[in-house]
Amino acid sequence: MAKPLIGTPAVAPWTPDQPIISIVDVRKAFGAFEVLKGVSLDVRKGEAICIIGPSGSGKSTLIRCINALVDVNSGSILVENQEVNDPRLDKLKLRRKVGMVFQQYNLFPHKTALQNVMMAPINVLKQDKKEVEERARALLAKVRLTGKENSYPGELSGGQQQRVAIARSLAMRPDIMLFDEVTAALDPETVKEVLVTIRELAEEGMTCLLVTHEMKFARDVADHIYFTDKGVIVEHAPPEEFFANPKDERTRTFLGQIL
Amino acid sequence: MEAVAEWGRALYETTGINLTILYDAFDQKRFISGLGMTIYLSVVSLFFSLVIGVIGAWAQGSDFKLVRWLINGFIVIFRNTPPLVQIFFFYFGLSNLLPYIEDADGMRAPLFTNVQWAIISLSLFAGAFNIEIFRSGIEAVPNSTKEAASALGYTRLGTYLYIVLPLAIRVCLPALNNNLVNLLKTTSLAYAIAVPELLYASKQIWTDAQNVPTMMVVLLFTYVALVGVLVWAMNAWERSMAIPGYGAGRAR
Ligand SMILES: Nc1ncnc2c1ncn2[C@@H]1O[C@H](COP(=O)(O)OP(=O)(O)O)[C@@H](O)[C@H]1O
Ligand SMILES: [Mg+2]
Repeated sequence: MAKPLIGTPAVAPWTPDQPIISIVDVRKAFGAFEVLKGVSLDVRKGEAICIIGPSGSGKSTLIRCINALVDVNSGSILVENQEVNDPRLDKLKLRRKVGMVFQQYNLFPHKTALQNVMMAPINVLKQDKKEVEERARALLAKVRLTGKENSYPGELSGGQQQRVAIARSLAMRPDIMLFDEVTAALDPETVKEVLVTIRELAEEGMTCLLVTHEMKFARDVADHIYFTDKGVIVEHAPPEEFFANPKDERTRTFLGQIL
Repeated sequence: MEAVAEWGRALYETTGINLTILYDAFDQKRFISGLGMTIYLSVVSLFFSLVIGVIGAWAQGSDFKLVRWLINGFIVIFRNTPPLVQIFFFYFGLSNLLPYIEDADGMRAPLFTNVQWAIISLSLFAGAFNIEIFRSGIEAVPNSTKEAASALGYTRLGTYLYIVLPLAIRVCLPALNNNLVNLLKTTSLAYAIAVPELLYASKQIWTDAQNVPTMMVVLLFTYVALVGVLVWAMNAWERSMAIPGYGAGRAR
């Protein structure tokens, strides 16, 4: 059974039949500019959810709310039944459950690939170094980077760096992975190697929430697709239906431009 | 040793250049102990100034306005006043306001000796600059890198110690280098409160031996050598920290 994120006795323990993430009517403004205007969304354990939408529609802001990198103004975000929008929240406990991969990889440039993967479990979780190293090597092998353990980020291609970033996040053994346009900064040749890695993760049953512009990937991998525009979710549907029969005019326009 | 003394005497007899520190045991001892004191002041102040720099730069990012305000006040005072005035302030001013203690013989003694005041004063002086230097390095670390650390569960302090500081130090090493060289040279101001460092010892020697110009040259060369060693050590440190594919290490 999952341990509570925060020690509030009122919260019922999460059970796998409930959504692992439940977002209800979340609003967020930066100054006077409202970026999220009442967003609701559910993710079940093991699902892969894709969020697509034009640039500036609030996709990054939305997924950053889930691991509390952004605090929301109102609404509720439950991760395994624990309220993220609660000042008493233990962010560390939340963040070891929710891993995140960024568009710009954001590796630590002064550490080798292996060290990047090992750092957080050792520094943050105080885990045993030998055990972490074994796990880190296995994770680098999983993302097909055996042999690159001792390379620094500056010596790796974008696609390789992004796969190190995925391994680094997985080293914390998260229950949920957030991907924010992780292939947007990559050369076309290297996009595929990263997508293959993410697809494998999703197929192994990792709960994944992805912001992406890779429509073919979304169609193949997603269990459900959400389309956002200007801070609202315009529509959502399983991929076959979403692509075959988009209901809203805004979705049709967007798909028309991108496909 | 005897050969050096022999040569020193010969030099004096043939050229009139009087290097008493080569053949006079007493002067030699004074000079070496002065050199030792300068190295001691430098190393200890350098260490504390770095500690002040690291902690101060961290506190400057504090959420508490009062903390930031205090740090900035400290920087303004120590950057905008002459180091000699600071040393006098501590040794003659502050020292008198502090309680006295009893020494081993039951005599009334000030809380800190002149050497300790010199270290305190020099550390704060160089530390104020180090805070600003570290801050410039910290500002060069992209927010996205810090955000990645947060997402991995690092606290603000953890992010600072494991990620921001190691990157910041690499960025600000040239400026740090300069400041530490300055600190080494500034130790000579401890002369003014009778700390027997290099300048103080040299002055005693040239007063007794009447070899002012000679000792001046010796003094200059000694400082050149000391700074040379420091710069060499800093450069070795910089090289050891170069990251392949990053910053200055990119070319390799
Ligand atoms: N920290 C911030 N401060 C101010 N405005 C922000 C901030 N983060 C995002 N925004 C603004 O919010 C809007 C949505 O941004 P974002 O969530 O990044 O959109 P998307 O990921 O869909 O492109 C943009 O107009 C952006 O400029
Ligand atoms: Mg975005």
